[in-house]
Amino acid sequence: MSKNDFILKAEGLHKSYRMGTNEVRVLKGVNLNVRKGEFVAIIGASGSGKSTLLHILGALDKPTRGVVRFEKRDLSRIGSGELNRFRNKMVGFVFQFYHLLDELSVLENVFLPAMTSRSIAGWLVCRRQAKNRAKELLAQLGLAERAKHKPYQLSGGERQRVAIGRALMNEPKLLLADEPTGNLDSATGNGILEVLEKLNRAGQTIVMVTHDERIARKAERIVTLVDGKIEHKNSGSL
Amino acid sequence: MYKIILATRYLLKRRITYFAVLAVALSVFIVLVVMTVMAGLVNEFKEKNHRFAGDCVVGTESLVGFAYYEDFVKLAEQQDFVEAVSPAIKSFALKRRRGSEQDDITEIMGIDPVRHSQATGFGNTLYFHNDDVSRTFEIANDANLVGCVLGDFMLLQDSNSRNYSATSLPRIPYSISCFPLTARGALARAGTDMVNTKTFYFSDQSTTDLPRIDGSLVYLPFEQAQQLCGMAGSNKRASRLHIRFKPDVKIQAGCEKVQSLWQKFRQDKAGEKQAYSLDTVTVQSWKQYRRSSIAPLENEQTEMSVMFGFVGITTVFIVLVVFYMIISHKSKDIGILKSIGASNIDIIELFSGYAFLVGIIGSGLGLLAGWIFLLKINPIEGWLFRHFGFQLWDRTIYAIGDIPNKVEFKILATIVVSAIIACLVGALIPSVQAARQKPVETLQVGQL
Ligand SMILES: Nc1ncnc2c1ncn2[C@@H]1O[C@H](COP(=O)(O)OP(=O)(O)O)[C@@H](O)[C@H]1O
Ligand SMILES: [Mg+2]
Repeated sequence: MSKNDFILKAEGLHKSYRMGTNEVRVLKGVNLNVRKGEFVAIIGASGSGKSTLLHILGALDKPTRGVVRFEKRDLSRIGSGELNRFRNKMVGFVFQFYHLLDELSVLENVFLPAMTSRSIAGWLVCRRQAKNRAKELLAQLGLAERAKHKPYQLSGGERQRVAIGRALMNEPKLLLADEPTGNLDSATGNGILEVLEKLNRAGQTIVMVTHDERIARKAERIVTLVDGKIEHKNSGSL
Repeated sequence: MYKIILATRYLLKRRITYFAVLAVALSVFIVLVVMTVMAGLVNEFKEKNHRFAGDCVVGTESLVGFAYYEDFVKLAEQQDFVEAVSPAIKSFALKRRRGSEQDDITEIMGIDPVRHSQATGFGNTLYFHNDDVSRTFEIANDANLVGCVLGDFMLLQDSNSRNYSATSLPRIPYSISCFPLTARGALARAGTDMVNTKTFYFSDQSTTDLPRIDGSLVYLPFEQAQQLCGMAGSNKRASRLHIRFKPDVKIQAGCEKVQSLWQKFRQDKAGEKQAYSLDTVTVQSWKQYRRSSIAPLENEQTEMSVMFGFVGITTVFIVLVVFYMIISHKSKDIGILKSIGASNIDIIELFSGYAFLVGIIGSGLGLLAGWIFLLKINPIEGWLFRHFGFQLWDRTIYAIGDIPNKVEFKILATIVVSAIIACLVGALIPSVQAARQKPVETLQVGQL
């Protein structure tokens, strides 16, 4: 792979939170490159700033200092409207607590990202197509039978698979997973990891965050977040 | 699209929205019922005044009256927008029921019953001569006697009986005494015999449902009243002219035409001997003419509107509180939606749409309930009266028949629009605040 195939480049990311008078520095200069098609695991202790980093990489949050380039575009230079489109199209988030909308059915939760980016008319035009894609995704995730159910009727592992379906709905270039197995027993968690591995084999770029080394081992490359900085391990070309 | 779907789902799935809907419905209901009844009473009262005065009144408050009125009546009757004109004498008099020791001060009004019924609603206020106003002042079996019409309240005070049966109309004589005045306003007969007195016999009663009029006014035949007040003679005078316009003529426009007609008339009469008596004459629409009795009621209506405006403000607060609660429950959803690309505007639209639905459904329910209640308000009141003796207005005191329950479209539209605006305003602040939340923070809540 050539150097141009980096999908994500983070340089000198700093993030600090103000807690009253004192400043909590969470990230202290993180550098991270992700290649297209890579499966990267970010590992670190609880509270080390993994989620913060992931949110910044997915443009859900802004760094205090530093640059995130997504396919060479500097995210800090993108306007808010464009940023919303970016979050909608380019990245898919999977959270530890699934974060599904309780009022929507499983199928609706999955095709929600296709709806958010469209006007009513636009949605009506492509509704069938989007529904079919959502059904396909659910079938791939082994949830074909559950399309009409509500999230509360599903088990944790099933909910997480729905969340993965939602994240994949708009065929994002980057899938960001924040402790996707953190709330699941190990058997179910392994199921989720298998899904992610399968997706990665099919070409999906994934960045996953976890505090569990065993889970991280499923990834191609592990980076460790310590004291607000990255310690590289398993680093192939870097 | 997802905003519509989500807004609808929030509406259906969150029990707390039912409270918001209920609050809106309740305020709409209350405001609708009160406003409708109030507006109905005010309109009814105005309509009674309108019927009493005709469309337009040309006249003077001076007890002397004004001259040349017959010329103006002729002139006015030639106008294509005028339907009828009725001249009237108005003055004060002492009234004594024969056999009684007591003189009462009353207002007297001299009219031609036929002309006056054409220009105003007079004929319909009569109890016995409703169908044949021309015989209003006739006394059965005695052509020499002259009748008079008493307001029904006055009759009640006199005789403790508001209605007589037509068959046994009692012959009650009243002597009416007046001080005749000259055109200059001096006593016409200074000296020992200053007073004109004449006896009239009760011939009918008039019910305008305007308490002051029904309690103090005696109608007399025009010529008799004119003589009593000293307005007869070579230069006859009258107090005022009641004018009714053709049906399609707007009051305002008609009155303006009468006004300019009057200006011209005054100029034409400028050289005449008693032209000065025209100086105090004004042209007024019925509303202006009766404003001293209409204005207080209208003020009251305004006060009521303001008070019930506060009900609306309360609704805003209820909706605001409910939305704060809903949105704080839903902050996770907002984070999720933002993580998949929803903008701040989208979030505000989502919750405004939700508020709009609450407003529409709430006011729809309130309207429906209010409408049904108003339809049944009279039966309900009747039932309450029969079973518990409860009556909104004591009918023996107030001249109100049924409780007015005709819903005015204007009131309806105003209430619905304000209810929806109230909901939107109530939802705006919390939803703007929600939209401004950082998605990471709302999502973090679930993670910690
Ligand atoms: N919005 C915030 N305000 C203040 N402190 C925060 C905020 N978000 C995260 N932090 C702090 O930053 C640190 C890193 O948090 P996080 O990225 O969630 O850690 P991890 O995901 O590795 O467990 C924690 O100490 C946390 O308390
Ligand atoms: Mg975390």
